[in-house]
Amino acid sequence: MKKELTLFDKPRNVRRLLRLFYGMLAVLLVLDLFIEKHADFPWEGHAGFFAVFGFVACTLVIFIAKLLRVFVSRREDYYEK
Amino acid sequence: MDHSLLFKGIPPALIFIVGGLLIPAFRGKLKLAYMLALPLYAFFSLLQTPEGNSWHFSLMRYDLILCRIDRLSLVFGYIFCIISWIAVIFALKVEDDLQHVAGFVYAGGALGVTFAGDLFTLYLFWEIMAVSSTFLILARRTMSSQSAAFRYIMVHVAGGLLLLAGILIYIHDTGSPRFGFIGLSGTASYLIFLGIAVNAAIPPLHAWLQDAYPEATVTGAVLLSAFTTKSAVYLMARAFPGTEMLVWLGAVMTILPVFYAEIENDIRRVLSYSIMNQVGFMLCGIGIGTPLAVNGAIAHAFCHILYKALLFMSAGAVLHVTGKIRCTDLGGLYKTMPLTCLCCMVGAASISAFPLFSGFVSKSMILSAAGHDKMWVVWLMLQFASAGVIAHAGIKVPFFTFFGHDSGLRAKEPPLNMLIAMGIAAGLCIFLGVFPDPLYRIMPYPVAYVPYTGAHVVGQLQLLLFGVLAFSMLILSGYYPPELRAIDLDTDWFYRKGGKLFYRIMDSSLNGLNRICEAIFVRGLAGSLARLFQNAPRGFSMGVSPVGLGALAAALLLTALFLLHLI
Repeated sequence: MKKELTLFDKPRNVRRLLRLFYGMLAVLLVLDLFIEKHADFPWEGHAGFFAVFGFVACTLVIFIAKLLRVFVSRREDYYEK
Repeated sequence: MDHSLLFKGIPPALIFIVGGLLIPAFRGKLKLAYMLALPLYAFFSLLQTPEGNSWHFSLMRYDLILCRIDRLSLVFGYIFCIISWIAVIFALKVEDDLQHVAGFVYAGGALGVTFAGDLFTLYLFWEIMAVSSTFLILARRTMSSQSAAFRYIMVHVAGGLLLLAGILIYIHDTGSPRFGFIGLSGTASYLIFLGIAVNAAIPPLHAWLQDAYPEATVTGAVLLSAFTTKSAVYLMARAFPGTEMLVWLGAVMTILPVFYAEIENDIRRVLSYSIMNQVGFMLCGIGIGTPLAVNGAIAHAFCHILYKALLFMSAGAVLHVTGKIRCTDLGGLYKTMPLTCLCCMVGAASISAFPLFSGFVSKSMILSAAGHDKMWVVWLMLQFASAGVIAHAGIKVPFFTFFGHDSGLRAKEPPLNMLIAMGIAAGLCIFLGVFPDPLYRIMPYPVAYVPYTGAHVVGQLQLLLFGVLAFSMLILSGYYPPELRAIDLDTDWFYRKGGKLFYRIMDSSLNGLNRICEAIFVRGLAGSLARLFQNAPRGFSMGVSPVGLGALAAALLLTALFLLHLI
């Protein structure tokens, strides 16, 4: 019997992963303050611009996709009918 | 023996097409060795061939060039050979000569398009590509793949006709079939542009891709993901660099498919939308047209072919071992398929352009080019689309396939050859991400770009990881659109439903006309004539049967109508 991985069945491991992830986010925000910028646009220079942009853009993408589903989603046999 | 002679000069397209057609002549282990050797032979032959034109032919009074080798065509030549070799390894256990031959001819077509020095040669290989690739869809041998293949070839025949019309007018206008920079001006150039746009999946001409690729065979989809769209990117880079319309079409193209990819259920269809998104970045770069932007577009095509093939291979491996490919049926596969899962995640990291993965060193060139030219709207659109990539290809594909809810599936890893193919592709994705120099060295223009600066790495990581944060928060809070057994309408609706409507209109009008004619002439007039003769005195009818009389009457009537018509 081949053994199977159960890494993420344990809530403790999931919690660890999430903590690691949040830690990385924090490090990125701190690093941002000490880095030399060579911005093409004024907004690029602001600390945390990409963090805010990434978060907002991803949220928007998912919500617009949800809205799109209202208009374009059909039953799987739609074209067979 | 002089080795350079062995490798020099034979156009890679011929190696693939002639070599591919001979595959059925081989058996057993020899066949496998032969198939593995062909792409390698073509690759080394390319390495040995000096730049310049060779294999001239004269057709009527035109000079045809089968093999034009320069820096731009070489990049595509290299990657097409590399990906064919990886795809052969992936498909090594497939016992279906149709697929092998079609795959080789298709790759040969793409190489022929890449090295074509004139428009006739280009068109010939363009059509070879269209026809051979159709067999990679047909070879799935399901009802839905047959009809998808039919729609696929119809769209490409239409695109090919646009290209042909453009080519003929162009040659008429310029007097030469030489293929080089064309630029958007005049009817011919627009027709050629449209013909290429069909294969590049520029909206609204894109839906054939998402319609057909998910219906292809497991191994066929890997090849499809590489050749058709990327050879179109090459043609755009050759004929239309610096065309402003491409900047905007490309930018829109990066964003549109992101939403579809987010709600689509079929993993390979999600990946198909993602091809469109990535080709958008390339076209945008070509449209910007500066050396940095064009280099970025070409480098991105190179990297994209590898990681997209990797993603299609891992999705294909899952389909191969489980028989399932929908998000709603999958989940939790990391438990028994950790290697496939790892490969998929390398592909996902590469397409999302994580630092140290291949997408990062190429896509950032395009974004920097947009930034240097102060194109702020385009820059924002591309950044938005980049965040969209992490949402659909970066997380959604691996998450719903290998993690997410446990589907209960406990499938084994795919066969060794598939794992090796994925491993090679994954290794190359990481290699190019860590050491981009070899890639930069083969770009058409000299590269002085430094992808790894502190600001760039931190900025990109913020964009991606805070995107991941948004994704996880929406998943955990239940706002993320749930996986649904559903399909999503796209522009193919117009010809799929339109086609049916056309059929119904034709059916009811033409067949209706038939019925009316039958009612009037056959049953009405002829019938009453027949009755007349039947009821006539016996001596008059002379024993001829009423049916025969009816037919005679109808024939007389038709003759009369015909004569009337002549007058």
